[in-house]
Amino acid sequence: MAIRYCCFRLLPGVELISVAASPIDPDELRKQLFDPAAGAYCSFEGWVRNENDGQTVLRLEYEAYEPLALTEGEEILAEAKRQFLCQTAHCAHRTGMLEIGDCAVWVGVAAPHRDEAFRACRYIIDQLKVRLPIWKKEHYVDGHSGWVNCERCASAL
Amino acid sequence: MKSIKVCYFAMFREHAGVNEETLTIDATTAADVFRATRERHGSAEPTGHCKVAINDVMADWDSPVSDGDTVLLFPPVAGG
Repeated sequence: MAIRYCCFRLLPGVELISVAASPIDPDELRKQLFDPAAGAYCSFEGWVRNENDGQTVLRLEYEAYEPLALTEGEEILAEAKRQFLCQTAHCAHRTGMLEIGDCAVWVGVAAPHRDEAFRACRYIIDQLKVRLPIWKKEHYVDGHSGWVNCERCASAL
Repeated sequence: MKSIKVCYFAMFREHAGVNEETLTIDATTAADVFRATRERHGSAEPTGHCKVAINDVMADWDSPVSDGDTVLLFPPVAGG
């Protein structure tokens, strides 16, 4: 599966999403959100943790179908912007192999006031998790691995 | 019979053992294509948990497929 860096703006200064194998730099992304009309900034970082469902996780592997992850991500950012009247909303999602503590996903929102910023940020991360064509494989300490959400569905039949 | 290019992702790719393949099948909808791939590769995933796209546009399981279409089969997503 070819994984390449891909990043673009839908409208200048308005929306941006990236799905990339390169590390996420929250400080750099935060700077891009600066807007003189924004009085509030809210961000979310999703980190790789060492445990899931009682199993010790060594690392995570993310796979994305970039063309649709980008278009669906743009749509989510546009929805957040419309619903919560925030000036700018960006997000970044990693692909490839990630270690414990790595930043897997970042969402940043700038808005006039804190309420819109918090709500837009929450909306974006919640929607990203269920709508983007991105898959996560957990590699466990015992040598096994499993696709998150997939194995449970299959075993529930 | 239609010639349909099928692309697999994540768990589906591992079950199929290939990223993509072209099937010549008697299929009317995306669900028919999914059923054909399940019979071929043995995945037990129900369609309710999965998503499908046709020619890079998100689709429904009852969306029609045409000769030459590319059908992308997405197992349950887990971003974030």
